[in-house]
Amino acid sequence: MAQGLVLRNGQAAPLSKVPILAAAEFRHAVLEAVGAGSRLSAFFGRRLASGGFGLLAVLADDTEGVLSLLGAQPTESYHALTPDCPQAHLFEREIFEQCAVIPSGHPWLKPVRFPPPSSAACGTMDFYRVEGEEVHEVAVGPVHAGVIEPGHFRFQCHGEVVQHLEISLGYQHRGVERALSGGPNRLSVHLAETLAGDTTVGHGWAYCQAVEALGRAEAPPRALALRAVALELERVANHIGDLGALAGDVGFLPTQSYCGRLRGDALNITAMLCGSRFGRNLLRPGGVAHDVDAQLVEEMSARLETLGREAASAVNLLWDSPSVTGRFEETGMVSLEDCRRLGLVGPAARACGLNLDVRRDLPFGIYRYAMIPVSSWHAGDVFGRAQVRWLEVQRSLQFVRELLGSLPGGFLRREVPKLRTEHVAVSLTEGWRGEICHVAVTDAEGRFSAYKVVDPSFHNWFGLALALRGQQISDFPLCNKSFDLSYCGFDL
Amino acid sequence: MLKVLWTRFKQGHRTMEYPAGPAPELPRRFLGRPKLDASLCMVGCPGCSSVCPTGALGGGKLDLGKCIFCGACAAACPEQAVEFTREYRMAARRREDLVAQGDGYRLAEALEAKSRQLFGRSLKLRQVSAGGCNACEADVNVLNTIGWDLGRFGVQFVASPRHADGLLVTGPVSENMRPALLKTWEAVPSPKLVIAVGSCAIAGGPYRGHPEAHDGCGKFLPVDLFIPGCPPHPLTTLDGILRLLGRIG
Repeated sequence: MAQGLVLRNGQAAPLSKVPILAAAEFRHAVLEAVGAGSRLSAFFGRRLASGGFGLLAVLADDTEGVLSLLGAQPTESYHALTPDCPQAHLFEREIFEQCAVIPSGHPWLKPVRFPPPSSAACGTMDFYRVEGEEVHEVAVGPVHAGVIEPGHFRFQCHGEVVQHLEISLGYQHRGVERALSGGPNRLSVHLAETLAGDTTVGHGWAYCQAVEALGRAEAPPRALALRAVALELERVANHIGDLGALAGDVGFLPTQSYCGRLRGDALNITAMLCGSRFGRNLLRPGGVAHDVDAQLVEEMSARLETLGREAASAVNLLWDSPSVTGRFEETGMVSLEDCRRLGLVGPAARACGLNLDVRRDLPFGIYRYAMIPVSSWHAGDVFGRAQVRWLEVQRSLQFVRELLGSLPGGFLRREVPKLRTEHVAVSLTEGWRGEICHVAVTDAEGRFSAYKVVDPSFHNWFGLALALRGQQISDFPLCNKSFDLSYCGFDL
Repeated sequence: MLKVLWTRFKQGHRTMEYPAGPAPELPRRFLGRPKLDASLCMVGCPGCSSVCPTGALGGGKLDLGKCIFCGACAAACPEQAVEFTREYRMAARRREDLVAQGDGYRLAEALEAKSRQLFGRSLKLRQVSAGGCNACEADVNVLNTIGWDLGRFGVQFVASPRHADGLLVTGPVSENMRPALLKTWEAVPSPKLVIAVGSCAIAGGPYRGHPEAHDGCGKFLPVDLFIPGCPPHPLTTLDGILRLLGRIG
């Protein structure tokens, strides 16, 4: 097997060390690694200084805790991986859209984000169609019923039953990933924090860690601990919000009302740290911008205590109400095998019984020293995804309380020197939706010649499509909320 | 059932008294409306404008519409000429009012009498998210939770633009969302309002100048209310809407 360049999470290496394989050899090596249990964390094309495009694959080996990088430089086309490796499916569509390199034999080579000025208007493509008597098509979006991001959903239904769902996104495409290339500059960290606004800390950390790896300046321990406090609070807030919304989608109003408020309480604890409910302006390359003192720790701990107690009383109502569990169980099932093949990540994967978590498997920051238990479930249904979220809320709250009680001392931020030239860094974090992967490549001046962002939603949207098969179309909101994926994090 | 009732009892009544009572407590590190005192500036000092990521500062002026409230300017200023206050009230009726100078900041005034008669006690809004990061949407949604209970002012988000009295727009208006935004606008019956929430919808936010987006919705729609912030605190948004309706102010 061709050997890739092996890196740890948050490590950088000279670009010249990434092996560039012949297309056939590259294909073979990636398939072999995925067959042996690795996952495609990122797979993208980047413009080369010499002209043309280079492909770069980042394979995550969760059991060994390492990342392996492989490159190839096909000229116009190459033999697509997707037929033998479904998790490459969207990556290869993206490569085709961004670089015009054709993955030949790709079964589903359609647009991903319709970047303007593209020939097709966003959302216009050949949707997969089921033909037959009584078969009908339901088109929803981009503007949806609630206060929610835009996306287009095309259902093929037989009666009330969904035979197939195709999801077409790109409406939130605003060029944020493209604008990161050429950095770092004074705007870069803000672009990273707004890749997905509800994942400010997750993406912000991935960005900071990539810059720190390239600049050889690790953030001090106290900063790493405070980052983890913010990351877990982000998880708690979003999971509590989702549990409330799930309750709302089955018409169970008590938990919906309480959780809506409690989510705000969690956000307000983050705001105690940095002034922003979303954790904006806390993380900066080299460390963090805000400290805590004993009084603030005490106040935060007291609020966390209350939050934990009130969240338990609100959420436990769900498990005690047969009208709720009856709707959650066996709705929107994804099998463990499909989950693996599609390369799902985060709570969606853990709810199928796939026990993976970047915090444990490819640890970064404070998680290299402090363990947080991984929560998983076996059923792969809405109930499983709800249950995993609740387990994670409890464990994260516990973790934050412990962390606040034992914060390392010392300074907060280190100056990051000029980035190393012609290097590549891979930075992964476990956001509340799952694995976030940033890959930064620098040019001869130490500027980003390429900056790749993979939001967990990029892996997981197809999981939602699959979960809908054989479901009643009226269960779509419930299934959708159980995944709660990001449109802007996908559209970039 | 008993457990549901017991939990209801324990969770208690949580809707805030604002605006009749005090406004909810803001975090100590909250960055509210920034204030620039250009008279303190040293001649030729590029301090703040050279660190501002969105070009909100320059020539002795601060544009609240472009500001993403990162605080970099205040940290960089050697003379404390620019500082972030704890003032959450920021909404304005005209784009030019957001270019603050000194203390003369003009907060949003209420709609004129006829519109107030129409919308003052019942305002139905269709929200359109057009290319942002979803943080504005999240903190607009918060207004529907029991703590804020936007419904008590007769303000409600509706699913169909046909049922709406106006649009609440977030995001810089991505090119991919432009047609859908305009179609939604056309589907709202007149007379109708536009509320632009967040620095993206006002001036493009961190995506200003991107060819994939349009630097805010003002180019396409007649905006009646600008609510600055990145994202605006729910209190800033609520204050703005209530001012527009003449319910406070």
